[in-house]
Amino acid sequence: MHDSLAQRRLQHLFWRAGFGPASSEWPAWLRRPEEVWWPMLRRLSAQDPGELFVTDDVVRGLFMGVGEFARVEELTPEERRERRAQSRDLLQGLNLLWLEEMTLTPAQLREKVALFWHGHFASRNLNIVFQQDLLHVIRTHALGNFGDLLRAVSKSAAMLAFLNNQQNRKAKPNENFAREVMELFTLGRGHYTEADIKEAARAFTGWGFNAKGEFVFRQNQHDRGVKTVLGHTGRFDGDDVLDILLEQRQTARFIARKMYRFFVNDERVPEERVLGLADRFYDSGYDISLLLDDIFTAEWFYDTENMGNQIKSPVMLWVGLRRALPMTLDDPEAQLLLQRALGQVLFHPPNVAGWPGGRTWIDATTLMLRLRLPHILAAGDAIDLSAADDDDIAMGQGRASRLRRRLTAELHWEPLFEAFARTPDDDLLPALARYLWQTPASDDRLAVVRKHLNATSREQLLQTAALQLMATPEYQLC
Amino acid sequence: MLIRRRTFLKTASLAAASLWLPRFLQAHARPGALPVRGKALVVVQLSGGNDGLNTVVPVRNDVYYRERPRIAIKAADALRLTEEAALHPALKGLKGLYDSGDLAILHNVGYPNPDRSHFRSMDIWHSASPAHEYWHTGWIGRYLDAQCSPQPCLAPAIELGDAVGLALKGQQRKGIALREPAELRAATRSAYFAEYAATGAAHAPAETPIGYLYKTMTDAIASADYIFEKSQVRPSTANYPDTPLGRQFKTVASLLLSDADTVVYYLSLGSFDTHINQPAQHQRLLGQLDAALAAFAADLKANGRWNDTLVMTFSEFGRRVGQNASGGTDHGTANQMFFLGGALRRQGLLNTLPNLTDLDQGDLKFDTDFRQVYATVLERWLEVKHPPILGQAFRLLDFI
Repeated sequence: MHDSLAQRRLQHLFWRAGFGPASSEWPAWLRRPEEVWWPMLRRLSAQDPGELFVTDDVVRGLFMGVGEFARVEELTPEERRERRAQSRDLLQGLNLLWLEEMTLTPAQLREKVALFWHGHFASRNLNIVFQQDLLHVIRTHALGNFGDLLRAVSKSAAMLAFLNNQQNRKAKPNENFAREVMELFTLGRGHYTEADIKEAARAFTGWGFNAKGEFVFRQNQHDRGVKTVLGHTGRFDGDDVLDILLEQRQTARFIARKMYRFFVNDERVPEERVLGLADRFYDSGYDISLLLDDIFTAEWFYDTENMGNQIKSPVMLWVGLRRALPMTLDDPEAQLLLQRALGQVLFHPPNVAGWPGGRTWIDATTLMLRLRLPHILAAGDAIDLSAADDDDIAMGQGRASRLRRRLTAELHWEPLFEAFARTPDDDLLPALARYLWQTPASDDRLAVVRKHLNATSREQLLQTAALQLMATPEYQLC
Repeated sequence: MLIRRRTFLKTASLAAASLWLPRFLQAHARPGALPVRGKALVVVQLSGGNDGLNTVVPVRNDVYYRERPRIAIKAADALRLTEEAALHPALKGLKGLYDSGDLAILHNVGYPNPDRSHFRSMDIWHSASPAHEYWHTGWIGRYLDAQCSPQPCLAPAIELGDAVGLALKGQQRKGIALREPAELRAATRSAYFAEYAATGAAHAPAETPIGYLYKTMTDAIASADYIFEKSQVRPSTANYPDTPLGRQFKTVASLLLSDADTVVYYLSLGSFDTHINQPAQHQRLLGQLDAALAAFAADLKANGRWNDTLVMTFSEFGRRVGQNASGGTDHGTANQMFFLGGALRRQGLLNTLPNLTDLDQGDLKFDTDFRQVYATVLERWLEVKHPPILGQAFRLLDFI
């Protein structure tokens, strides 16, 4: 039997640097010594990701111009509506494809860090092609250089459209893009002035995209005058402003702090520690992998206050559950409804600030659904929601009809059986608790679980124990 | 005469609960005291951006008819309120409530630097943040934070629907969402959950994440039970329209008539996002709103609760003055709000109709900040100080 503290540490790493331990790979990981865990996780994410795409070239062509600007005026209202609906369907497809990737890929670290950037560079956009391109940018640079990532995101059609930079023109600057780049992507509130925003907005004039979603610099819209941004003065363009922002040590601090909150602890953030991380991040020229090395190989990463203390996001909860208990869903689209009911739909962040996370995930309604989820799944119950349709996407055409999807699946128990094959019946419940919970199991809680088990067979015992353990507040934490 | 059964019922419901609830839960099940016992606020969200100009029609305004040749409401069809203003023909019930002094209409409500994205503007209305700030809590949620700490309140705010929106989310306290009280109870009533939640008291300090989860779980179970029992005590027997909104208003009425301790009820209707072929869709939605509100008002009046109730409608924005090329209207800015109840200090039209000639790029200008409305509701109806909840002081209005 392995040492249970080592097991908890390994699981901690898997939950924070990935989507939790997969039952199928678990026995093999448990045999590996601690010093290889992190290097292996890194190595498994080393290759460039393949693009996740739901549109072939024909569809791509069709959607060029579905955005709010290019050529949209040439379409009839009916055509426009049809495109929009089609785009929405494809975006749902991309959502499910990414969920699948998170669940199955050995490159857990990359997808987890990509999910972080997906919340950091939050963008809502009707255009599937733009969204797909932005996701690819994020997944490609997830573990690379933050400067490269920032530049690529800032030049993506999804972000330029979302933050209205297409309308940012010399004669009439639109400050939205410049403001969010400073407030949410680099410096954070309080580290720039309104004058900096106005001047930076002038530098970004002319940045836009063409009908293919490619970045274009429209010279004639660009303000060539002298600007002063954060104490620097010159005839700056957008690239210059991004360079100035990256030159600020505050940018490294802002990113390091946000990463610490996401990967380590979202409630207790020791300032000294974050400043140390930020300094090395800054001095490396914004090497994201180096920052991750510093976080995941630090001994404080495994401090008691950092383990089992984070409320899983809905995506973490669901993907983690599927990794522990693999399944074939009869209706994969039910997962979209589930995301909505739990309060996190990929590609639909609540606003440009992304998902606030932590305790905001939990209210009476979402928590009860989380607790019932294992039973819903085992019983093949339906989850139904009124389609409180998203007006930004449905444009008022969605009737408030009730959506009802059955969350039925063929549950594949074999990996769990195998992982616990040599655990005696008496020890099965605590052993499963050690695997499924990141907080120590108290006797009185296990006693309640034990009371509600079906012990008529080994299969029943393991299944009911696993399901009951997942139907608890403890399972909401990692 | 209204039967004051609250004390009796509280005892009765706890007795019933004790048949299966562990002691820890019962401790939580004791309702906390809110300062406004008996008063209720009912918020109706018109999602999608309701077209205010076709809701309260400026029947004497040439600009209105010039800008909307296809979709303007004819003066002869509209329900006349004053020389200048008339209601959309679907709002017959509201016309009656206007005539009986139970309706107030506030025009030109908005905020500086309006955002035309649905979800962003709705976010701003929910959180009551300035347009350039992102707040993670809602104005009603912060009211709950202020009122329900440290002692908990039982089900102080209910959203009728699938999910708790941002408006009802505080830092520590949040509203609860339900479609039907029975459905909510079925979801929480399980021996496993009850026994399991009871172990929380021994281990989980409330300030830790696990403690927060246990607290939310016990609150959810206790609230679901409480709401279900209340909904059965004196269910409304009035006729309500057979629409989702009508059924939701009937649930609210049942809880109000049973003297539930809930202070805020939150309902939504949509989608008002009428870009295309607006008239039919708008007529249908306003008709649903009108029928539900009229039934609710009549029910509460008949049962002596109308004077304790304030209904308020809002939408994330209004629509542009001019119609578009598809027989609809596009996203605009300022809009009107309706207030209904038996205790309004001023009724009727509270201010002037929108000025259709002094526009900001084709959009109406606001003259009243929606946060002034929130401040007024908080101070004059819910009887709490508004600056801690809204983050700054606003000039109060005088209609409540």
